[in-house]
Amino acid sequence: MADEFILRMANITKTFPGVVALDDVKLDVRAGTVHALMGENGAGKSTLMKVLIGMYQKDSGTVTLEGREVEVHDTKGGLNLGISMIHQELSPVPEMTVAENIYLGREPLNRFKLVDKALMRRMAQELFDEWNIPLNPGMQMKALTVASMQLVEIAKAISYDAKVIIMDEPTSAITEREVDLLFAMIRRLRDRGTAIIYISHKMDEIFQIADEVTIFRDGQWVLTQSTAEMTQQSLITAMVGRELTQMFPKEHAEIGEVLLEVKNLNRGRLVKDVSFTLRRGEILGLAGLVGAGRTEVLETIFGVHRAESGEILVDGKPVQIKQPKDAINAGMALLTEDRRATGIMGVLSVRDNMLAAALRRYSPGGFVDAKRLEEAAEEQRKALAIKTPSLDQLIKNLSGGNQQKVLVSRWLLTLPDILMIDEPTRGIDVGAKSEIHRLISTMAKEGKAILMVSSEMPEILGMSDRVLVMHEGEVTGEVPRAEATQDKIMQLATGTEAAA
Amino acid sequence: MSTTTNAPAEAPSSTAARFNLGAFAKKYLIVLILIGLVILLTILTDGAFIKTQNLINVIRQVSAIGIIAAGMVFVIITLGIDLSVGSIVAMSAVVGASLAQTADAAVIKFPGLDVPVIVAVLAGLAVGAGAGFVNGFLITKFKIAPFIATLGMMTAGRGAAYIFSNGRPISTLKDGYNWIGQGSLLGVPVPILLFAIVVLIASVMLNRTRFGRYTYAIGGNEQAARVSGINIDRVKLGIYVFIGTLAGLAGLVLSARIGSGNPTLGTGLELDVIAATVIGGTSFAGGIGTIWGSVVGALIIGSINNGLDLLNVSPFWQQVVKGLIIVVAIIIDERKNR
Ligand SMILES: Nc1ncnc2c1ncn2[C@@H]1O[C@H](COP(=O)(O)OP(=O)(O)OP(=O)(O)O)[C@@H](O)[C@H]1O
Ligand SMILES: [Mg+2]
Repeated sequence: MADEFILRMANITKTFPGVVALDDVKLDVRAGTVHALMGENGAGKSTLMKVLIGMYQKDSGTVTLEGREVEVHDTKGGLNLGISMIHQELSPVPEMTVAENIYLGREPLNRFKLVDKALMRRMAQELFDEWNIPLNPGMQMKALTVASMQLVEIAKAISYDAKVIIMDEPTSAITEREVDLLFAMIRRLRDRGTAIIYISHKMDEIFQIADEVTIFRDGQWVLTQSTAEMTQQSLITAMVGRELTQMFPKEHAEIGEVLLEVKNLNRGRLVKDVSFTLRRGEILGLAGLVGAGRTEVLETIFGVHRAESGEILVDGKPVQIKQPKDAINAGMALLTEDRRATGIMGVLSVRDNMLAAALRRYSPGGFVDAKRLEEAAEEQRKALAIKTPSLDQLIKNLSGGNQQKVLVSRWLLTLPDILMIDEPTRGIDVGAKSEIHRLISTMAKEGKAILMVSSEMPEILGMSDRVLVMHEGEVTGEVPRAEATQDKIMQLATGTEAAA
Repeated sequence: MSTTTNAPAEAPSSTAARFNLGAFAKKYLIVLILIGLVILLTILTDGAFIKTQNLINVIRQVSAIGIIAAGMVFVIITLGIDLSVGSIVAMSAVVGASLAQTADAAVIKFPGLDVPVIVAVLAGLAVGAGAGFVNGFLITKFKIAPFIATLGMMTAGRGAAYIFSNGRPISTLKDGYNWIGQGSLLGVPVPILLFAIVVLIASVMLNRTRFGRYTYAIGGNEQAARVSGINIDRVKLGIYVFIGTLAGLAGLVLSARIGSGNPTLGTGLELDVIAATVIGGTSFAGGIGTIWGSVVGALIIGSINNGLDLLNVSPFWQQVVKGLIIVVAIIIDERKNR
């Protein structure tokens, strides 16, 4: 009877100081299936997977692999048992090549016991050919886009020929093209008998790819069911524990005068002659494929990179932006795309992370007003329902989605007029997502201007008053809300339709 | 229910509310190590170590290390390092001493010059601040790695101290100047007083000011700090000026203690300072560190030095033992992060 399950985890409990991350949960996975693991931010999904691969030690419970009870003491042990994992947070070695990253710690050696780089390159190339991965193994990791890095990570997990492959939000940083590639790989792996544990907050993906789903809530097991027996609504209800009605709570906002005007902005190949205006009360969606230059436009406006030419006007007045500080002074905020590289300060507390950008407001004369700061941070924690035992908790110990919420609050605290958000709901669960959408909507209603980059078509279509589409660094078109459709935007994004 | 996390309304700060012995022991492990060391040395020296006068000696001896370590905490938190503090000590010592010589000194650097002691003190501090500024400028404007920039300053600064003093100690100093190293106020030796003041100021700076919070933010993630609008260069420059000034102060204390500005003063001091800082829990990975930790680190180093002296351990063996104790202290401290 046990044989139909390749993996059984039973009665698993795991606590951290002040947090019960997993409370007597179970997970049963059949060979040759895709098993989705779902739940709100902080439900314990990543923690269970880290227990499985031996990164964390469980407090109690049993793990049975192919009918045999196993103890995994470290990640090496996990790999030896045939379990590999694509982590939610990427950890590439930027100075190394793609091939070196894939074979890190298990490099092929030549007869002098030195690393055989040529062989390693060939092995990587064969792997890429077999799985149709369009990457060059000799490239330096740091030259890759986040999406390509994610592909490397996927290739690495596959390269272990594991029996169980865990994918923790593998699609949070890639677009449709790569998602299709990934799904094709997953189907092939599944047909070979590999079990895939798939974690994602994206509903449509679950119904596309998963055979079964297990749901956790607050560290507890809620249900395991075949996806065929579920609907999107029943899935959400099971996850959130209540019914969630409106997905994109876009409210009507009065569109006012022009607040931000960008004229002929240029920088490298990813920002070519970009011009647009943004009005008070407006949500402007910036759509395009990965690598179209959307992030670069935001970062150039914000002064993360220096513009080569172009003009930026706020409230009709030209502003000089040499560094992010100038942009913040001009009333802008930028929630960046890469949470790990430019977002969280890992070893700092939730409180310090929240106040990194707005500290000036809370430190008159250079001295920090601890009481006001505490109130502000506490207020944000409540407003965004950030799940943390205290504000002193190190942000790296929060779940991915909760880290994202902390970063959102970091920028809300600066009271910006112009809010630029790059993939604002990446890795955020459905409930929190609609909260953040509501927040964006409310800000627009208050007369703020919002520029939103998103790779999620429903988000773009659901939230934007107007959509700007980019292709290879150029703005290829502008579509008002009433005319915005997925097809129309995709055409402009792939450059198959001339500028409107 | 599964969590304490989920009920913000009932337990706004659950960590503070519940006393957790394990967490407490972890946090103050380094203090326990110091206490253990004190007990051990007291037993080994038949009680000589614990005598009040001896303890005061220990603290006075480490005051220079402790003063500079308070600055080193800022430096290492931002993933920097300052190797030049020992040389800055020497520069400040010879400059300070040269302005504080009495008229009857055998060799006079500036014959006929007679300025108040405060001018000598300010000059010493200014030398330190200036050297720190150069370090900071090289690091922020030319993007030179702190290790390299301060290695240059370490070498050049020592040379400058020798040139300035013609390689000889600058001696016969005014009483007012010597008071900084030898005197006491309200029964407390002046070096200890200065050490305490520096620790107080540095603590307030690190914890209560924007500058301090920015220091942590830069160490936590420099890119993220920049995007958050923090002027990285300005904060770093400030940090190197600060530690330079502290090294200048330490130079005054050390020269006043021996009554002469010796260009060899502070040789190798940077290593004791870095050891004190790191023993005190400041992380080379950045973003983590406390001033009180560096004080404890300095006291551990001072206790070892003093205890081994009392035990008549030969200076050669002292070095070996000191090295071992430093490594062991850090291993014990590291393990708490598991
Ligand atoms: N190393 C750690 N130290 C302390 N608490 C931790 C640690 N790792 C996870 N936690 C806590 O355990 C809980 C579960 O976190 P986990 O990362 O498993 O959530 P998740 O379901 O993967 O969420 P998300 O969808 O946001 O990624 C959270 O409350 C988190 O703060
Ligand atoms: Mg997770």
